[in-house]
Amino acid sequence: MTAARISYDEVEVGLELPSRTFPVQRAALVQYAGASGDFNPIHWNERFAKQVGLPDVIAHGMFTMAEAARVVTDWLGDPGAIVEYGVRFTKPVVVPDDGQGASIEVSAKVAAKLDDRRVRVDITATSAGQKVLGMSRAVVQLS
Amino acid sequence: MPLDPSFIGRSYPPTPAYEVGREKIREFAEAIGDPNPVYTDPEAAKALGHSDVIAPPTFPFVITYRAAAQVVADPELALDYSRVVHGDQKFTYTRPVRAGDRLSVSVSIDGIKSLAGNDILSVRGEVYGEGGDHVVTALMTLVSRAPEGD
Repeated sequence: MTAARISYDEVEVGLELPSRTFPVQRAALVQYAGASGDFNPIHWNERFAKQVGLPDVIAHGMFTMAEAARVVTDWLGDPGAIVEYGVRFTKPVVVPDDGQGASIEVSAKVAAKLDDRRVRVDITATSAGQKVLGMSRAVVQLS
Repeated sequence: MPLDPSFIGRSYPPTPAYEVGREKIREFAEAIGDPNPVYTDPEAAKALGHSDVIAPPTFPFVITYRAAAQVVADPELALDYSRVVHGDQKFTYTRPVRAGDRLSVSVSIDGIKSLAGNDILSVRGEVYGEGGDHVVTALMTLVSRAPEGD
């Protein structure tokens, strides 16, 4: 565990982290499948995805979780300052093959100051107006 | 058939070591589109106090998911994987994963419950370094949806 250079004393509850929008295209899902080893066809095969009742190909939940984390790690500078990170997968990110794909909008704010110069950051991630992560929280070590 | 709650507490032998390479971390960071140099440049990582490049926070899942295959494929548990979706995921870090790590995962079943006909299976993966030092705990919840008509 390392501590981010951000000072605990200078952070207030309610502080909003810089929000980000992450575009997601089919090619990104293929690349993520290869890098992660998760080749479930619902993430790249439209025919299969529809057969199992999905509206279209969906992003890996872990891809969405990785994008959401970037708002926190970009703020911290040092990703090694993350103590805990958890999410609930509430809705899938649907990625159509229409030349545009989908986007994931991520915002986050400091929700609580904890002991040991740590804070809890609550993260909101939406796609097409739907919340795609629930209970998405990170505990981070500040200095 | 619902999953048998007597499997709660079942543990599986530690996995053979997974060696974390710099280029694997780079590949993963590129796949999530994250240009943070701490994932690719050893000097940038050292400037932040890490002995080598570190992996993004969700990278441990690559290793723990493979390890959890022991549970998913356990014939005695008889999970119908075609009906499974990922419910929750949580990581608790002692330190970040870094290049050069040789990591082993000890998997156990933390919980089994039934909710509205769905089976909810909680799988714990404790990730250790070569010297037995704790690196990260990954908690994964899998939801096995009830077959239609049940």
